[in-house]
Amino acid sequence: MEEKSCPAISNHIKVALVGQPNVGKSMLINSVSNAHLHVGNFSGVTVDKTEVLFDYKGYNFTVVDLPGTYAFTDYTIEERVTHDYLCAEEYDVIINVVDSTNLTKNLQLTAELLTMSKKVIIALNMSDEAQKEGIEINAEYMSELIGVPCVKVSAVTKEGIETLIDRVLKKHQEEKVKPKLVFSEPVEEEIAQIIWYLDKHRFQSENSYRNVAINLLKNNKKTYEKLHDNPIWIELQPILIEAAKHIELHHDSDDVKEAFAEEYASFNRGIVAEVLKQKTKQEKKTVTEKIDSILIHPIFGIPIFLFFMWSLFQLTFEVGAIPMEYIDAFFGWLGNTVGATIGNDDIRSLVVDGVISGVGAVVLFVPNIIILFIGIALLESTGYMSRVAFLLDGFFHKFGLHGQSFIPLVTGFGCSIPAYMSARILKNDRDRLLTLFIIGFMSCGARLPVYVLFAGAFFSPEMAGNILFVIYISGAMLGIIAAKVLKMTAFKGVDEPFVMEMPKYRLPSLKLIWHTVLTKTMMYLQKAGTFIAGASMLIWFLSNYPHNLTLETEYAQKIAAVSSVQEKQILKNQLASDMLEQSYLGTIGKFSEPLFTPLGFDWKMSVALQAGLAAKEVVVSTLGVLYALGSDVTEGDNSLVGAISKNISFPSAVAFIVVIMIYLPCLAASVVFTREAGGIHYFFYLLAFTSVIAYSLAFIAYNVTKIFV
Amino acid sequence: MKKLIECDRGEQVRVLKLYAKDELKQRLISFGLMKEAIVEVLEQAPAKQTIEVKVGKMRLALRAQEAALIEVEAI
Ligand SMILES: Nc1nc2c(ncn2[C@@H]2O[C@H](COP(=O)(O)OP(=O)(O)O)[C@@H](O)[C@H]2O)c(=O)[nH]1
Ligand SMILES: [Mg+2]
Repeated sequence: MEEKSCPAISNHIKVALVGQPNVGKSMLINSVSNAHLHVGNFSGVTVDKTEVLFDYKGYNFTVVDLPGTYAFTDYTIEERVTHDYLCAEEYDVIINVVDSTNLTKNLQLTAELLTMSKKVIIALNMSDEAQKEGIEINAEYMSELIGVPCVKVSAVTKEGIETLIDRVLKKHQEEKVKPKLVFSEPVEEEIAQIIWYLDKHRFQSENSYRNVAINLLKNNKKTYEKLHDNPIWIELQPILIEAAKHIELHHDSDDVKEAFAEEYASFNRGIVAEVLKQKTKQEKKTVTEKIDSILIHPIFGIPIFLFFMWSLFQLTFEVGAIPMEYIDAFFGWLGNTVGATIGNDDIRSLVVDGVISGVGAVVLFVPNIIILFIGIALLESTGYMSRVAFLLDGFFHKFGLHGQSFIPLVTGFGCSIPAYMSARILKNDRDRLLTLFIIGFMSCGARLPVYVLFAGAFFSPEMAGNILFVIYISGAMLGIIAAKVLKMTAFKGVDEPFVMEMPKYRLPSLKLIWHTVLTKTMMYLQKAGTFIAGASMLIWFLSNYPHNLTLETEYAQKIAAVSSVQEKQILKNQLASDMLEQSYLGTIGKFSEPLFTPLGFDWKMSVALQAGLAAKEVVVSTLGVLYALGSDVTEGDNSLVGAISKNISFPSAVAFIVVIMIYLPCLAASVVFTREAGGIHYFFYLLAFTSVIAYSLAFIAYNVTKIFV
Repeated sequence: MKKLIECDRGEQVRVLKLYAKDELKQRLISFGLMKEAIVEVLEQAPAKQTIEVKVGKMRLALRAQEAALIEVEAI
């Protein structure tokens, strides 16, 4: 038997996926494996690294999806994630994903990757789109010119994916080859001199002398640090200073980094001129430019955007209301049917009034949630997101925000958690913190049920959609005003520049939208089935115990004493509400009631609000349980909407909505906020900030509405 | 001396010099906005608060303050 030549570990290949933003890195991983990484048509979708595992030809692949980066500068946090990973972590091969339709710009990063002495493969992605645009790239010739394999792929049609992975395998087994990155003559001369010097002193380095020389000339911090303590530094330093002078002179610039960027650019132009053929003549205006002239029109741009938003909320309410009736009826039927099979009174009440009413109240709003998620998915996948950032930047800027803050803010309409994460696309820490503080003002999907419930209870169906729109817009406005206040007080400082790529418009892929919406909806339902069901049971328990036997016997006697059915019913209702009031929950509610009386809340609303700190869906499920218990005995309209409009006055409802709009997001979001903001003290600031605003505005809203009603 | 922000919609110009500093300069360069690059102004927001330009095949949004740091010449 021969000895095994490779240890088991060699079956493992770790691949780092690197590229500029929005070139299809995440989508490429999805098409290689069964992963479902988030894909969207704007830069800043992936903000943290994610690992995906899959097997191919007996090898275990680990692919690391890194946030997109335009160059090796640590401009934003997400770019720092990528840079740190590439410099400090262990991996075998880099796949550099580039957009074939914009090769020159993409190769700028490639050139920097080539000086890292790692095994690199270039994936020429979007080859389907390139073909449509009449762009033809000679991948073989390109491989030869650059010295690293280039493979044409398309993450959409899956063309070339297998070849790409095969090349990774091959590359992994091969020895490193030196890429052929060449510079202009003056720079090459300086490089040669440094190499000669390093060689003379037998300098020890993993990286090739050539790369060390390039990095030194580029003022690369990490290379500098490494060499700084080496004895040869004393002699090397003057050589470097002299070399930098020569290069700067040659480029007529006082910035050696700029000089190198120009070097790379001319190298890339050379490559592109050799390998790329534009077959069809390009039209004067591309489709994207034509669409842009409408959608970001100086006058119509913003009205068009507002119209889209309005339509979304109109649809959310109108279309969302259609299946609601059936869902409501279904849970009513389920409650009755299940209830009939349970003998024990307490258990029946737990299941019917606790779990089924609580979960039912949340599931009721699934159609609305789906429509909202579809809207957000469209915004993300078409490329419109960046346009809105463009439109709003001028306005946002006046309030101390950044156009790109729009991206986390709009994500916040779906859920605050990814929104907090996506604030990483903001470069400046102060701007990022500011955005983090106001994300909560963008009402998340979980608050939608509360709004739909109250809008439905107090307004005609024709008006309710408009009311939803108004609620969302005023939330956003409040957020922007809050931003201004914060900018003038806590987050004073210089403004972050606004430089953002405007991606090509793309038709959204149905599959992609279907998948994103499905995943988010399933998460919502899953939460309803687990967390909300549990919370409903807890609320049920707290509102049913302790049993007060004296109260029960007292009422039993009274009921026995009266004869008419009507009087008996009234007494029964009184018993139910008295029982509720003396329960644990009633006690908590009563205890906190004085705090909320100025806002017009009864103890049930106070309790629902407090429960909402755990998750906003719990507000609805709590109201569901509380009113289900109370309405056990009433005849006729026992839907939650009916109960709300009957039991809550309009001014109180307005104040309630105001609090929901502003106060702290759920527990999970608060945890993410604290992490992203970088300290628990920020959480307390947020708590204080939102509570004070919520309370004062609700107080004003309550009293003003009272005057008018 | 003409700055990018002073250009009209549809105008094509060549970049002469970047007055931006450090990180912003790096950023502009990595977007391809460097010396010798050809830039076309595509769209302008009201009062030129923000502009959309085309560099190579890429469209870029810039705020007025940033666009004022780029010196250009007509071609
Ligand atoms: N036509 C086409 N579109 C692609 C391809 N790969 C990605 N896209 C689209 O490009 C956009 C960016 O994709 P994403 O994976 O989020 O890019 P990332 O930022 O590099 O991770 C999305 O709208 C994708 O649908 C491709 O091969 N062909
Ligand atoms: Mg991505």
